[in-house]
Amino acid sequence: MEAHSKPEGVAQRPLIVADGLVKTYRMGAEVVKALDGVSLTIAEGEFVAIMGPSGSGKSTMMNLIGALDVPTTGTLAIDGRDIGALDSDELADLRNRSIGFVFQQFNLLPRTTALRQVMLPMLYAHPKPENPEELARHRLEQVGLGDRLNHHPRQLSGGQQQRVAIARALVNNPKILLADEPTGALDSKTSDEIMRLFTTLNAGGITVVLVTHEPDIAEWASRRVLFKDGHIVEDVRHAHRGVADRGMVSAAQRGSEAAE
Amino acid sequence: MTLLDCLRVALTALKANLLRSILTTLGIVIGVASVIILVAVGTGASSEVDRQINALGTNTLIVSSGDRRMGGRSSGAGSDRPLAEADMVAIRDKVSGVVAISGQLNGSGPVVYGNANWTTNLSGIHAEFNAVKDWPVASGRELTPSDIRSNAKVAMIGVTVAKQLFGENDPIGAMIRVKNVPFQVVGVLAAKGQSGVGRDQDDTVLMPMSTARGRIVGRSQVQNDQIGMIHVKIDPQISLVDAQEDIENLLRQRRPPLPGGEDSFSVRNLAEFMKARNEVLNTLSYLLAATSVISLVVGGIGIMNIMLVSVTERTREIGLRMAVGGKGRDIMRQFLVEAVTLCLFGGLIGIAIGVGAAALVALYAQWPVVVSPSVIALAMAAAAATGVFFGYFPARRASQLNPIDALRSE
Ligand SMILES: Nc1ncnc2c1ncn2[C@@H]1O[C@H](COP(=O)(O)OP(=O)(O)OP(=O)(O)O)[C@@H](O)[C@H]1O
Ligand SMILES: [Mg+2]
Repeated sequence: MEAHSKPEGVAQRPLIVADGLVKTYRMGAEVVKALDGVSLTIAEGEFVAIMGPSGSGKSTMMNLIGALDVPTTGTLAIDGRDIGALDSDELADLRNRSIGFVFQQFNLLPRTTALRQVMLPMLYAHPKPENPEELARHRLEQVGLGDRLNHHPRQLSGGQQQRVAIARALVNNPKILLADEPTGALDSKTSDEIMRLFTTLNAGGITVVLVTHEPDIAEWASRRVLFKDGHIVEDVRHAHRGVADRGMVSAAQRGSEAAE
Repeated sequence: MTLLDCLRVALTALKANLLRSILTTLGIVIGVASVIILVAVGTGASSEVDRQINALGTNTLIVSSGDRRMGGRSSGAGSDRPLAEADMVAIRDKVSGVVAISGQLNGSGPVVYGNANWTTNLSGIHAEFNAVKDWPVASGRELTPSDIRSNAKVAMIGVTVAKQLFGENDPIGAMIRVKNVPFQVVGVLAAKGQSGVGRDQDDTVLMPMSTARGRIVGRSQVQNDQIGMIHVKIDPQISLVDAQEDIENLLRQRRPPLPGGEDSFSVRNLAEFMKARNEVLNTLSYLLAATSVISLVVGGIGIMNIMLVSVTERTREIGLRMAVGGKGRDIMRQFLVEAVTLCLFGGLIGIAIGVGAAALVALYAQWPVVVSPSVIALAMAAAAATGVFFGYFPARRASQLNPIDALRSE
């Protein structure tokens, strides 16, 4: 993939525009406010890390951005479409075309080869691509699994399984890649490999939003959004740093940043 | 998601739980197998019954000595008085509507021609026998009244006997020895096939009643005017039941009742007998039809149950499919295809068992058993319909899952 770096500081087209998002869950008589007035704009090409304590509403926010759910009040536009106005079939199409999901638990299908896993989103695409197998193979090669096409999840390491999941998320050329704690089930070395892959993909132009609890994972991103009790309490941009750059960060530096 | 994609997913899922899948389809297997057997044996049997009724003639009565309860046989020593020539003459003269009438006195014994030797049924008959039984000769001639009067040693033989004694040669005019008495073959009967109870009706030699009585059935056991049973053919314009009553009344005058007060004879209407048998077959058919419907329903409930289990087990998979763009109808179709595949799989096994069982029935019951392609299509359609009907509820439940809840489930 051609790694063109995007111009820093230049306003990109807004891809995700959230305004006053409220999401409440009713648990019997009790009402839980998972999101309590969240406004956030993410431009095309950004690499955003969402952080915050457990229960602060990160996953809830990701589900909304991923068009898996609709807000209780407030508006959310994904790629120019107001998800509150879409029916469930239109939401499914939006997820299929514009969004790729990566989960903490990988969510691969059992007894299914890597190739078939990656072909899955194309089953639901309209129009169907003519050469789904070739596209899937290409994506698996891109994540470094060109030699594992016919392996089942059982026969792959955790890192490899997550790469299959990433290849699957990418196969329909989405604009947004969403990852809720993608490295949560991986050791630190494997986590770094996955983050390097995300950085490369982001450099290729895809917008990446990920949730993490680990500060040194968040460092790979160019913007950090901190959630607390359903609110955004902090939103900082770093200077964007490329893959090569990132690879040279010393262990000491990483340790000191983590301590912040 | 195309049907082919659905089928691939369904097969993967079913293979993953192979034993469970097979056990689940058992009800469908039984249901489909009984549909096949039902239709195959049912159509075969009813056409066979029709054929037998036609062969018996719908307007024929059989009079025999002995009471009805004993099925026309002797009901005890001393109480049996055989039917005599005079009884036959009385029926012919006094009962209206008699078209043809003949006695039939049965025995058996060896028949010899050259080196060929064959033990067969021997019957003494009257000249109208062929007419009563609708049983013409294929070659040669029938017995004449003068053959009967003159104790002629002439015989008509059935095709089985002809084949055993003469092979491919023409028996007409040949001299055979029946119980060491020389007879001339004057006719070969048309092939008649099996009787309702599976006896080969072509394995017989027919000769004049008088000749049979004297020489064949055994002098010591036979009274000199005995004629065995009497076949009576009634004019189709006349009610068979009325004719039956007339005969009964006539014979009651001629023959004293048994010590218990019962008639010492019976008049049977074989067509009615066969119809009763047909009703038994119909009842069996209803039972089998009920079995197949019940099996399909029970099997369908089993399918529904296992599909609900499957939907629960694969909730995460459903969530994932929805997350990557699967719509409710895609999920629905996937599970419907899975249920139908399961049922069709059971249907195929059921067809194999049903066809096998039908073949066995054909072998032992000697019925023409018919397994037509339309029966197989019907059975498969029934299986598929069961799959759609009982798969609908679980599939709809799957399609209505909320993607987030589904993804989060364990
Ligand atoms: N389906 C639901 N029903 C009821 N309450 C819910 C539901 N989903 C989330 N919540 C509640 O909403 C709040 C935010 O949950 P959320 O999953 O977004 O937190 P999070 O920031 O992702 O936490 P974690 O870091 O532990 O994953 C929590 O209090 C949670 O209990
Ligand atoms: Mg979470």
